[in-house]
Amino acid sequence: MKTAIEIENLGKKYIISHQGQAQQYVALRDVISDSVKKLVKPKKSMKPQREDFWALRNLSLQIDVGEKLGVIGRNGAGKTTLLKILSRITSPSEGKIKLNGRVSSLLEVGTGFHPELTGRENIYLNGAILGLSRKEIRKKFAEIIEFAEIEKFLDTPVKRYSSGMYVRLAFAVAAHLEPEILLIDEVLAVGDIQFQKKCLDKMGDISREGRTVLFVSHNLTAIEHFCSRCILLQSGNLILDGNVESVIEGYIKDVREGTKDLILADRIDRTGSGKIRAVDFKILDSNHNEVITMKSGEDYYFEIDYLNNSEDNFKNIVVSLDIFDDKNSGLLLFRTNFTNNNLEIKKRTGKIFCKVNNLPLAPGNYHFSIFISSADIEILDYITDICHCVVEGGDFFGTGSSGLPTHCKILHKAEWFIE
Amino acid sequence: MAQKDNNFLIIESGKAEKHYFKDLWRYRELFYFLSWRDILVRYKQTVIGIAWSVLRPVITMVIFTIVFGRIAKLPSVDAPYPILVFTALLPWLFFSSALSDSSNSLIGNANMISKIYFPRMILPASAVIVALIDFFISFILLGIIMLWYRFVPSWKIVFMPLFLLLALIVSLGAGFLLSALNVKYRDFKYIVPFIIQFGLYASPVGFSSDVIPNKWRFLYSINPMVGVIDGFRWSIIGKGVEFYIPGFLISIFLAILLFLIGIIYFRKTEKTFADRI
Ligand SMILES: Nc1ncnc2c1ncn2[C@@H]1O[C@H](COP(=O)(O)OP(=O)(O)O)[C@@H](O)[C@H]1O
Repeated sequence: MKTAIEIENLGKKYIISHQGQAQQYVALRDVISDSVKKLVKPKKSMKPQREDFWALRNLSLQIDVGEKLGVIGRNGAGKTTLLKILSRITSPSEGKIKLNGRVSSLLEVGTGFHPELTGRENIYLNGAILGLSRKEIRKKFAEIIEFAEIEKFLDTPVKRYSSGMYVRLAFAVAAHLEPEILLIDEVLAVGDIQFQKKCLDKMGDISREGRTVLFVSHNLTAIEHFCSRCILLQSGNLILDGNVESVIEGYIKDVREGTKDLILADRIDRTGSGKIRAVDFKILDSNHNEVITMKSGEDYYFEIDYLNNSEDNFKNIVVSLDIFDDKNSGLLLFRTNFTNNNLEIKKRTGKIFCKVNNLPLAPGNYHFSIFISSADIEILDYITDICHCVVEGGDFFGTGSSGLPTHCKILHKAEWFIE
Repeated sequence: MAQKDNNFLIIESGKAEKHYFKDLWRYRELFYFLSWRDILVRYKQTVIGIAWSVLRPVITMVIFTIVFGRIAKLPSVDAPYPILVFTALLPWLFFSSALSDSSNSLIGNANMISKIYFPRMILPASAVIVALIDFFISFILLGIIMLWYRFVPSWKIVFMPLFLLLALIVSLGAGFLLSALNVKYRDFKYIVPFIIQFGLYASPVGFSSDVIPNKWRFLYSINPMVGVIDGFRWSIIGKGVEFYIPGFLISIFLAILLFLIGIIYFRKTEKTFADRI
């Protein structure tokens, strides 16, 4: 196998100054006044506290031609930094990279789009920005507008486009790049799901044609669907490299570990007497495997691990599980006494399960709160904002299509008829 | 296979890229499209766009003619005062808008810089090209004014492109330097308008360089735009305009020096643009 990308000991250092927030630039005024102060009092160094921060360190990696590599990791792990170095947007602080082939990067769709220009003009402009020549764009022009489904609005300024049209057009140009090496960052997060799927398929074509692709995403389904190999970054280090399944597993562990100390057992921002404490929360799929993303319409177990700090057994315990969306609106509430299911909590530790069939949540980001009380007399434990998780895709309606809306949060089957 | 091997690209820390100027050539289409975008956007708002490149020089010309020609009664050469002013305004307005647009070009396109690779020099350079287009439009205006005064330009006008080239070199050099400084020192943007404002009065726009006493003339020519403006007058008006050679040579020398300093500083800081912007 030929190597497409060879990365040797790569590192990227940022300098963060500790004057208030991270300051990326300096004011000339300060430089002048500092040097004047230095002239007056040359001994005292006026330098603000500065610290090196390695966003990426000791990274070595070989990627073969035609390989589709998924890059995952928590926010701040250095994924974008890696792509930015590979695409030469920023330069490395140490190490060496050998790239074999023309590189295109897609860190954002629609870079350089100008609202005053028409769709047609923006296609040419954006194409040039992405490194296509005029000839190439002209050749693919018809294909691009067909892909974007905007024929009718070709000569309308894009400022009049709906956001959906805008994204489609921007993506269509990008999807027609034909580099040997393609770098994609989290760009699939935009656009409606149907179009996302179309783009994934289109890019699937790209990789089938023997192109090397680096794909950064939080969308694990897309990674699974698309990649043949995966790496996991953690605080700038490469910690896992291997087949997609095992690396995703590692990622899930990493995410859980990263949020664990924040969440539950050690959290003190909770109310209630504390006789019982929820110490862990997990989401399990119908096969009891732990997951961090859910699919609409599937069955899940929500597991609450508790610690009973008293020496008693508790009877008639009410447990509530609230689900909120990312704007913190309460969407769903599961409570034991709705269904006369109040629980008995034993001494020491144990697990409470809540099984939800046919998950009615639309794709989006959600989090939970747990409320445990003793028959509504005494609040034992109440903790909010736990387990941030994602719902994506899924075949809720059993129709074989995963095109679910994202502007609503709750899904329910309905019957339609005419009289 | 052999062909593929030519395609190798090596990125190494701390090393200047050998391909840079080759890349600059490869990205010439982007250069073209960015200039085209800025011109298109300007003239899409047709009324404002045209008015901008027509009204600005005309109004400035009228004011200068009144202030310097009528009130200060500075001597004119063998040409009507408005023409004397306008021949100088052309390169000056080119320089000033090239300078203010190119010095903002990096900050103004911050998003592109942080998302896409391309030789960053394209941005200030294309801003200068846009100013050049405006220059050509104002040049038509000069033609109209000459018709109005029934003034026939000198045959030496064939040398004008050389002086325009000098103006281009000065603008590019200053544009590279200031745009890069602007990324590093965000308050630099307050300095640029000052340079332009000050430069207008330090350049022989409203009057002829001949009013400068001879002993100061050489020193005066340290402003490279003096050489450009004198050159424009000499080539267009011709008669009665003396050409001060030593001053012109120093202008050329400083213009090239500025150009080189601009490029060197730009290249040196370019790598950190995406991190700072
Ligand atoms: N220009 C910059 N200056 C200082 N720190 C930066 C800069 N860009 C990124 N970082 C830091 O580098 C780390 C890695 O960022 P990034 O590569 O964007 O992570 P990811 O894409 O995995 O979320 C983050 O902690 C981020 O704050």
